[in-house]
Amino acid sequence: MESRISKVFYRSILILLPIICFLICIGVGRYGLGHKDALRVLADIVLHGKASVAKREYSIIINTRLSRISLALICGGGLAVAGVALQSVFSNPLVSPDTLGVASGASFGAALALLFKANLFAVQISALLFGIIACAITYTVSRVKGGQNTIMLILSGIIVGSLFQAFVSMVKYVADTDEILPNITYWLMGSLYTSNWKSIIMGAPPIIICSFILFMVRWKTNVLSLSEDEAKSLGMNIRYMRLALILCSSVITSSVVSMCGQIGWIGLLMPHMCRLIFGSDNLKVIPASISFGAVFLLICDTFSRSMTVTEVPVSILTALVGAPIFLMLLRNTGGNI
Amino acid sequence: MIFETVNASFSYKKNSAMLLKNINLNVESNEVLAILGPNGIGKTTLLKCMTGLLHWKEGFSSIDKRRVDEMSSKDFFSITAYVPQARNPAFAYKSEEFIMLGRSIHVGNFSKPGKKDYEKVNEVIELLALQKLVGKFINRLSGGELQMLLIARALCQEPSILILDEPESNLDFKNQLMILDSIRRLADKGMICIFNTHYPSHAFSIGDKAIMIGKNSQNIFGSVETVLTKKNIETVFGVNVDIAKNISGKKEYTTITALSIKN
Repeated sequence: MESRISKVFYRSILILLPIICFLICIGVGRYGLGHKDALRVLADIVLHGKASVAKREYSIIINTRLSRISLALICGGGLAVAGVALQSVFSNPLVSPDTLGVASGASFGAALALLFKANLFAVQISALLFGIIACAITYTVSRVKGGQNTIMLILSGIIVGSLFQAFVSMVKYVADTDEILPNITYWLMGSLYTSNWKSIIMGAPPIIICSFILFMVRWKTNVLSLSEDEAKSLGMNIRYMRLALILCSSVITSSVVSMCGQIGWIGLLMPHMCRLIFGSDNLKVIPASISFGAVFLLICDTFSRSMTVTEVPVSILTALVGAPIFLMLLRNTGGNI
Repeated sequence: MIFETVNASFSYKKNSAMLLKNINLNVESNEVLAILGPNGIGKTTLLKCMTGLLHWKEGFSSIDKRRVDEMSSKDFFSITAYVPQARNPAFAYKSEEFIMLGRSIHVGNFSKPGKKDYEKVNEVIELLALQKLVGKFINRLSGGELQMLLIARALCQEPSILILDEPESNLDFKNQLMILDSIRRLADKGMICIFNTHYPSHAFSIGDKAIMIGKNSQNIFGSVETVLTKKNIETVFGVNVDIAKNISGKKEYTTITALSIKN
């Protein structure tokens, strides 16, 4: 049992970290508004209202940077907590929205909707639908003779993932090369470039609500990570709990995919990092993953928009950072994570 | 409290022959019931039926005359706790976090363990003398230690009936004794303990009653002495055995040695 001091310390770090990163990242970017100016503008807006700052400054800070930072924080936190939830449901630390094929399914759904020039809402619904279908197929295929094992689950995830990637290619193949194809291609790469308040207001609430639900049931998700008989004998209604967690994770993933494309690695890497630091109890892993995931995506995105003159898709950065870190984790723990 | 199973039968598939047939047994507070039988005869299946994880096809189990199949799973599992066979867990919880999962039935879905739950965990850790495991990761523990944690987790449910699946298999002498002693002590405190085992001598050392399942869904139930006779063991297990009573200090104990395979 922990001391009170370490509990307070742990909590304040998880809350302060995103705030500090936010304050740093709001001052980064083009248009010559450094930290000092950015924080001044922000303070003026908060204290004296919109009219107290120049229109151009307001637009840069609020419409461009703040919207993008909010999107990064929300998506990063959401993807990480979706990863933890899925890992508990499948009692498998190697599962994530990417490895289960949820992300590929959602990508196909979104690409399909984009092909028909649908609005964001339709893109979201379509992404969610195919995300859940992909997850259901993976789950069904992996269940052999009532039992389930890690290798079957990961393999069927890979199979379902590549199947839906093929569907995505098919969509790209038939898409109009002048207008729609570049759209789909760039969006699929995974970028927060398209962030604006309108899309955030549409896309963020499902992520926030589902993340909050997962946060609330965080202790109970531990029970689900045990074997089926054990979870049942601990009084859990497994069917409902599983369904709730899979649904929440799929909604989060699909909403992120429909707004910023496929951003990988966060759902796998962040939970592992948090387990390494805080242990395996989801009581701690879930809040920590939300905080770290948000910070991780924010930092990656800030680099991706400010590193070079043209923007680098953030998914490239998350993979460049994620792959080596994950490899290191695997090597250090001897695969025994 | 009395746990009964009345005329119960079970088969995995519809219309196929019953794997378990006409099981009749009863066990009261302060008693230990041992389940014996050869490999693959349905010992674990019997345990799972008794815990409601599988459902009897005929007959029923009851607790104080209340039918188990008419109880909500929450009600049932606040009376009964199931200790599964130890296996490597997917996630490396710390011992105390793992024991705490036993409180699940008392903690709401949108809630987390409170002060009372932490107190209960500490109480169980003290009861089973597991203090040296606190703070350790469960994937670093030995089989015996993990088995003790599973028992501790079950005790956190505050059950009146404890059902254990081969709790002492795969353990060395010392760990076997540790587990068996714990089971006996819990029964002496008023609990009903039910366990299945490969070792007839373990049934003798801590059991009050025994049920032995044999081929063709035969079963014999009664006190340990009446069930585990030389003749019964030889028939059910298909081996010739020697049963000997020994005295060590004040304690009398029974050894059973398998001599040869019966033709």
